[in-house]
Amino acid sequence: MVSLFARVTPRKGSDEDPMLDEELLDRLQGGAFGYFADAINPTNGLVADTSRRGSPASIAVVGLALSAYTVAVERGWLAREDAARRTLLTLRFFETSAQGSAADATGYNGFYYHFLNLESGKRAWQCELSPIDTALLFAGVLTAGAYFTDATSTEVEIRALSRGLYGRVDWNWARNGKATVAQGWKPESGFLHYDWEGYNEAALLYVLGLASPTHPLPPTSYAAWTATYQWERIYDQDLLYAGPLFIHQLSHAWIDFRKIQDLFMREKGSDYFENSRRAVDVQREYARRDPNEYGTYGPDCWGLSAGDGPGKRMMRVRGRDRRFFEYTARGVPYGPDDGTIAPMAALASLPFSPALALSAVRHFFELYPEWTETWRLPSGFNRTASGPDPRGWISEGFFGLDQGVAVLMIENHRTGLIWKLMRASAPIRNGLKRAGFEGGWLR
Amino acid sequence: MTSPPWHNPDPRGRYHLLIIGAGPAGLIAAQTASRWGAKVALIERNLLGGTCLNDGCIPSKAIIRTSRLYREMRDAEHFGGRVPAGIAVDFPAVMERVRRIRARLSARDSAERLTAMGVDVYFGEARFAGPDSVTVGGLVLRFKKALVATGARAVRPPIAGLEEAGYLTYENVFDLTECPKRLLVIGGGPVGCELAQAFSRLGSRVILVQDEPMFLGDEERDAAQLLSDALARDGIDIHLNTQTLRVRVEGDDKVADLVCDDTKSRVTVDQILVGVGTVPNVQGLNLEAAGVSHDDARGIRVDDFLRTTNPRVFAAGDVCAEGKFPHIESAAGRIVVANALFLGRQRLSAEVVPWCTFTDPEIAHVGLYVTEARRRKIPVKTFTIMMHEIDRAITDGEEEGFVKLHVREGTGKILGATVVASHAGDLINEISLAMSTGLDLDALARVNRPYPTQSQAIRMAASAYVRSRPQKIRTWLKRQFLACDRR
Repeated sequence: MVSLFARVTPRKGSDEDPMLDEELLDRLQGGAFGYFADAINPTNGLVADTSRRGSPASIAVVGLALSAYTVAVERGWLAREDAARRTLLTLRFFETSAQGSAADATGYNGFYYHFLNLESGKRAWQCELSPIDTALLFAGVLTAGAYFTDATSTEVEIRALSRGLYGRVDWNWARNGKATVAQGWKPESGFLHYDWEGYNEAALLYVLGLASPTHPLPPTSYAAWTATYQWERIYDQDLLYAGPLFIHQLSHAWIDFRKIQDLFMREKGSDYFENSRRAVDVQREYARRDPNEYGTYGPDCWGLSAGDGPGKRMMRVRGRDRRFFEYTARGVPYGPDDGTIAPMAALASLPFSPALALSAVRHFFELYPEWTETWRLPSGFNRTASGPDPRGWISEGFFGLDQGVAVLMIENHRTGLIWKLMRASAPIRNGLKRAGFEGGWLR
Repeated sequence: MTSPPWHNPDPRGRYHLLIIGAGPAGLIAAQTASRWGAKVALIERNLLGGTCLNDGCIPSKAIIRTSRLYREMRDAEHFGGRVPAGIAVDFPAVMERVRRIRARLSARDSAERLTAMGVDVYFGEARFAGPDSVTVGGLVLRFKKALVATGARAVRPPIAGLEEAGYLTYENVFDLTECPKRLLVIGGGPVGCELAQAFSRLGSRVILVQDEPMFLGDEERDAAQLLSDALARDGIDIHLNTQTLRVRVEGDDKVADLVCDDTKSRVTVDQILVGVGTVPNVQGLNLEAAGVSHDDARGIRVDDFLRTTNPRVFAAGDVCAEGKFPHIESAAGRIVVANALFLGRQRLSAEVVPWCTFTDPEIAHVGLYVTEARRRKIPVKTFTIMMHEIDRAITDGEEEGFVKLHVREGTGKILGATVVASHAGDLINEISLAMSTGLDLDALARVNRPYPTQSQAIRMAASAYVRSRPQKIRTWLKRQFLACDRR
């Protein structure tokens, strides 16, 4: 039996047993799920973007929370009735909240603003109406609709709301008459300047948009999006390139891309799951090479992704200016790379490269043993940039997006629960088919 | 000592080739045609050498070199050196060097030298008088064939208050006598990025405003990303997706209102530099009299042979509506001579056209982009080598960047390439040569190079292609051979 106090990794020269993978995953998944217990507003179901004081809600984090509740039920962390009650509360909020072009509405044309006031549910700051974050929200909404299939009045209503909310999103409007979907819209200035081009996390957005029974995206939009892909050989790996690791993960939290291929992947003889596995290898190889000589990267210290950072500042490091960023999308091998590692990005690589992901996570706990107090990993750390901690900068608190993706990816690795639910979900199946996916479980 | 006043020569009857504009295309055409024995007239309204020598490539490259020196001085510690105490930029000395280089290079293409080659050089405003004649300085010159190579000038953007406040373009920025303490650069194309970086390194506090989501327009996203990082590291305050709404003068300051989506901001500077493109120099040429179709905004319409709607008249360079390739103006000049005088059928589209933005790192490209190839339904694969994989780049402290070779998938045929490196403008030439001569990646992989050099990156990219091919038969044969050898 593994001791309750077993170390994540044994001390050098000791004969302690390292914690077994399954136990480690249990703790990590439980720790990550704990975020949602702490960050929910029990009056409307919204979930804070971060654990920091005054944080607004993020609709993407709500989407992850809705999915994570199903995991929590299966893991025995939450009673089914409790999960269903939380889910219904959340869906009712989105159903009844203000939709319209007013600057403080909650959404417009079925989409929602990226950030909402945690209490009132109205648009926070002057943030954008966000198609991608709406897609992440709806991935959660659809997960709930697929999971809560009992005949209780609560679960019946969950399913009805799930269908209704999804049906009222005007995905086609979000193209603004162009080939691809815009990055966002603001009541003050209209559509944002640029669209979703190049390989990025938008696969889920297109799949949900294509499958809409009411306002679908045309199939040409997916073709236009994939037309900007680059198939590249980097560090002797052939892959569809995207720099930040989260791009290779986010849609995979819900969609099982194993062995299914769209036209692009058919031509390349690969699939998006395999592509993400290769992306992990590229990340690891980049860290091994450590081209910017941070000295803190290595085969077990990798994970450049979107996440918190040391803040906008410059530092002289070995005679050269180093620029540090706040929250941004870091990537390899083209950067930006300010020495910040997103540990959650390594953890979320679990389904693609379990051994490498776990080895990296164990290394993180070696560097920061105190993280075992919560079993929750922060958004980032940077051992080059100075911070209050002598070991460098460490992100304060936790980000809901990181924690939610971790819960889902660990579960997909362990049981495939979310993938199975979504494989049975009509919008996912139809959207994939309309995007031209074939093979594997879609047969 | 001042040069004696120039006197236009007397026309020598009908010219085989009359050229309007003495920039790179005009000068090459004049020299080439004259060398072949053609009777050539060359008309220039300003300075020989055109924008490239006087206001563009040459002065900017000179100032960029000095700015790079200052950057290297500040980074001396990184190279194991000591940062010199009290680094102070002597801006007048920087500009004196620019003028010295300009004078030295302009001597190569002086009016006297051209005249000695047999070219009749006229200074003045050229104006077509008919389909086969031009007037200049009261003279009527007749021609069999003509080339219009009058180039382009900087766009004057319609920003409220900008004209009143006054601003710089590439045409007058090199006339500055002191380095602006605060400089707003409007436009993130090659001119804006190059000069923003140079002035930042020379001590200006630079704000760079670009109304697109990335720099350099259609350039590869990864290249633009690296450039963006490099500019920010140089201390440039970058505003992407941002428009300049209006400018006004407040005391000695120029104040610009900026907007990014719905976020408004205001910057106060000493000078404003505008680099948002060019418009063709077609005004005053009376092209209608020659039956040359054109558009004031886009330029003269030409076909692939650089012929205008008047079969006697050709056009090359930035004055053209199509085929604006400033980096091959010289080649365009040669094409026109061949097509105009010797019944040539040389096409501009057959040229392999590399180009380069001379920031640090430099960004060079040749051939197709991936998006362009995919639009044409060409299956494309990219072989990438990062400069941090190259020993010489590491020893030189120039690891930033990459070599990307785009090939037709399943073959070694090069479709295009992007190089981001300290000397990308030089590295791209090997790939251009390969493309021009039909060499594939197999051939490039076999080329021996001195070690260590940065061009190893090209060999490594080519070798990555060779390694990526199915090797089963080759491997089996080699193993069999070695097995036989052991027996």
